Amino acid sequence: MSHDAHAKLIYMANQIAKFMESKPHAEGLASLTSHINDFWEPRMRKHLFEVLDGGGEGLRPLVIEAASLIRRPKAA
Amino acid sequence: MKDFIIPDRDFGTPAAKSKTMVTLTIDGFDVTVPEGTSIMRAAAEIGIAVPKLCATDSVDAFGSCRLCLVEIEGRNGTPASCTTPVAAGIKVQTQNAKLEKLRKGVMELYISDHPLDCLTCSANGDCELQDMAGAVGLRDVRYEAVDTHFKAKDNSGKANPQWNPKDDSNPYFTYDPAKCIVCSRCVRACEEVQGTFALTISGRGFDSRVSAGMKEDNFLGSECVSCGACVAACPTATLQEKSVIELGTPVRSVITTCAYCGVGCSFKAELRGDELVRMTPYKNGKANRGHSCVKGRFAYGYASHKDRILSPMIRDSINDAWKEVSWAEAMEFAANRMKGIIADHGRHSVGVITSSRCTNEEAYLVQKLTRAVFMNNNTDTCARVCHSPTGYGLGQTLGTSAGTQDFDSVEHTDVAIVIGANPASGHPVFASRLKKRLRQGAKLIVIDPRRTEMVESPHIKAAHHLALTPGTNVAIITAMAHVIVTEGLFDEDFIRNRCDWDEFQDYAEFVSQPKNAPEAVQLLTGVQADEVRAAARLYARGGNGAIYYGLGVTEHSQGSTTVIGIANLAMMTGNIGRPGVGVNPLRGQNNVQGSCDMGSFPHELPGYRHVKGEAVRDIFQKIWGVQIDDEPGLRIPNMLDAAVEGTFKGLYCQGEDILQSDPDTKHVAAGLAAMDCVIVHDLFLNETANYAHVFLPGSTFLEKDGTFTNAERRINRVRKVMAPRQGYADWEVTQMFANAMGADWTYTHPSQIMDEIALTTPSFAGVSYEKLETMGSVQWPCNEKAPEGTPLMHVDGFVRGKGKFINTEYIATDERTGPRFPLLLTTGRILSQYNVGAQTRRTANVVWHAEDVLEIHPSDAEVRGIKDGDWVKLASRSGETTLHAQITDRVLPGVVYTTFHHPDTQANVITTDFSDWATNCPEYKVTAVQVGSSNGPTEWQQEYNAQATLSRRILPAAE
Ligand code: SF4
Ligand code: SF4
Ligand code: SF4
Ligand code: FES
Repeated sequence: MSHDAHAKLIYMANQIAKFMESKPHAEGLASLTSHINDFWEPRMRKHLFEVLDGGGEGLRPLVIEAASLIRRPKAA
Repeated sequence: MKDFIIPDRDFGTPAAKSKTMVTLTIDGFDVTVPEGTSIMRAAAEIGIAVPKLCATDSVDAFGSCRLCLVEIEGRNGTPASCTTPVAAGIKVQTQNAKLEKLRKGVMELYISDHPLDCLTCSANGDCELQDMAGAVGLRDVRYEAVDTHFKAKDNSGKANPQWNPKDDSNPYFTYDPAKCIVCSRCVRACEEVQGTFALTISGRGFDSRVSAGMKEDNFLGSECVSCGACVAACPTATLQEKSVIELGTPVRSVITTCAYCGVGCSFKAELRGDELVRMTPYKNGKANRGHSCVKGRFAYGYASHKDRILSPMIRDSINDAWKEVSWAEAMEFAANRMKGIIADHGRHSVGVITSSRCTNEEAYLVQKLTRAVFMNNNTDTCARVCHSPTGYGLGQTLGTSAGTQDFDSVEHTDVAIVIGANPASGHPVFASRLKKRLRQGAKLIVIDPRRTEMVESPHIKAAHHLALTPGTNVAIITAMAHVIVTEGLFDEDFIRNRCDWDEFQDYAEFVSQPKNAPEAVQLLTGVQADEVRAAARLYARGGNGAIYYGLGVTEHSQGSTTVIGIANLAMMTGNIGRPGVGVNPLRGQNNVQGSCDMGSFPHELPGYRHVKGEAVRDIFQKIWGVQIDDEPGLRIPNMLDAAVEGTFKGLYCQGEDILQSDPDTKHVAAGLAAMDCVIVHDLFLNETANYAHVFLPGSTFLEKDGTFTNAERRINRVRKVMAPRQGYADWEVTQMFANAMGADWTYTHPSQIMDEIALTTPSFAGVSYEKLETMGSVQWPCNEKAPEGTPLMHVDGFVRGKGKFINTEYIATDERTGPRFPLLLTTGRILSQYNVGAQTRRTANVVWHAEDVLEIHPSDAEVRGIKDGDWVKLASRSGETTLHAQITDRVLPGVVYTTFHHPDTQANVITTDFSDWATNCPEYKVTAVQVGSSNGPTEWQQEYNAQATLSRRILPAAE
């Protein structure tokens, strides 16, 4: 996975986080999690976890906080 | 015969709306009609046709021809029945010796100034003047015509100044003044039905005649938008379709639905044999009520255009020329490639794109292909690039992505807000209906960076035009909410009953923050705070408030947030759940609504049910006999990313041209080029086909049965008017391909597909072709609870239970202007062209729009030394293109505007890959650009054209 593609996913995850941040914290966290679970295809989540597992550099705190809640894709 | 062609009878005057009923006697028969009905219409109700010329039920009566005279017992004289309303107890006589004599006299006068070349006249058999001469029993004409309008030379051979030549400047119809009886039906149709006010009667008495604008103007040069309303209203051959002049009068008709925009107008396709003579709007069509626009009425010539591909084609590589093959060979080739990809790269390496131009049944089959045959959820549709934020935003707040009203609702609206939409171009028939309401006194608020036709046009002026900086919708909407909350203009009862009061409190607190006040955002949005305040007050307190919005709302990085904000506004003012109000997305293509309903999105099965739901998967698993993947699939942009990365290799793309319609053309091209099997199923070798390995020729809407669902959730029938020219309807082609992949589908008619949809999808449970046959059309949800369908949503409660307020924080797009790209580009569309223009560019509609141009404000043009009509270069950080400039103050300084109908322009080379945070709907409406002088096409345009030419080669058929 290229750096560019990771950058794109980080950007997208942060965009979602920015919207969810204006909700009460617990609701925002839950909404961000279900949003990614519901709309991100496993390949995208896999790449997101590559970033998260590597420390989540560039991701907003809400995304990092959601790491344990986002469904890990089954090994393909 | 005639009644067969025109089953919808002409009642002479429009229906009256009164609830009070009046009983009277006509020719000895009792008849009861609503108060305000004309005597003419009352008579027509009981089958008595009073002779008439200047009256027709699409426009208000005028009373000029004096042919419809009647006698009323106890009243003096012979009043015109078209302008005389009924009264309780009156006794009317429509026929007696005196009336007969008067009518003959009237007819004689008309006929003496009319060229009696009936036998060779194009309206022969379809002329009301002819009919009336027969009806009144006119047998001879006593006057000899001395002064006439129809003789080019008078009796002494001198040119007749009263004679005017035929005007055939409009590509679709002619105006022959020699045949005009000056009944003014055309003038009234243009005013009342279309709302364009292009025609007038100039002169007086014998000199009076119809004219389009100024004395020197012809139809093409006038304000006329070629909707055809005047042509339909004209009783003679004066305004006549050119196709009728050429082909003769039609002898049979089939009711069907326009395949262009989301209004979904009903049409009569009128034919001789299987030759289509003309399309006329169908009076009983519930979306259009007898009106149409230039696209549906006239622009169907693409169906028989020479560019249409009629044979399947294949090639090994996209650098080869195409080879024409049989259907069987094409299917085998395509299936083998796809099977190979799946074997090598797994079942997630392929996917489909469904079409918003094809029928519901066809979209259903394409998503079924990926879910039940490819065994994944990789399906998406062009709605991704237009209304996906509507799905998300309205789903979250109200519980369903559906628009809340039917189009008739606008007749009850007092204040309309139009945001990011230009219905006069994009949804013309709806615009006509809205304008009619505005002329009756309703108020209009336009929120749009550009001064669209809605802001100011004949007899219409918006109360407020909030000309905001592109990209600041959320700020404006939130500021309006701020005004409504802080000034106490919200509807507390409604909120307490229908929404969660505590949630509203949170929202109220959020919007009340000083940073959301109109004064605080003024610098950002460029809109005067007092204008925002006035608009908010008007919407909240002006009576029934309705919001109509389009792609100018959705195609932003905060598209979903704006949709949420719109729903919030409607809920807090109680403007939901009754006629005249609501939240109404104006959908672009004819079947965007339907293709979304049919499960085209990668995360949901038909009926908007997430694939994670086991119960939902079960319903389909039982019927399809397969295991359905429980993970969401890839969306179009993600498919392309995955293709570039090498994990997505095969695509079946039906009726969409993603290379032209999707953002960041270079990225799309790279994604397509990385795939091993691209199957394009379309009418023409579109731009995407430049990267395809298999081309399956498609059928037009005239060539198949099915249904389209319009923006008001109305399911309309599409009927097969003629046999498919390339042999198969699109649903048959998808079935052939599925079966070549190993499926065992056995549909023999689209009605069976609809039955399967009804069986699996609760909101369609009550829909069947039988019901559509009897009801004409039906609006979903249609099921046990609503067997006749649902014109208005959320009447007693929201679909999700309580309406939900969600905070709408304004977050500026990352697409910012700067020294390199100081201007903001926003995109849109125009009336005569449709989407990427594949169809409309192949019709005479090009006379109105031969190319895309760049609108630029005079001050921006001046500092760049650009003159009107110059070639200019338009550049963004994604790429650059060239086109001609048009200097206009319709756009604000700092903003430029173009359309994206022509592949040569490639406006999407410019647009970036920024997209809506929730749905990835691309941010078409804001791109930072620079504009400069240029000498001609860019290198990219030239390279692109060279590649396209190379890629479009077709090998000569083998001997
Ligand atoms: S075609 Fe439509 S716009 Fe043109 S003159 Fe006729 S009614 Fe008016
Ligand atoms: S053009 Fe046709 S509709 Fe118009 S005034 Fe003449 S006859 Fe009547
Ligand atoms: S394009 Fe739209 S408004 Fe025009 S005729 Fe077709 S459905 Fe109606
Ligand atoms: S039809 Fe009534 S006056 Fe012409």
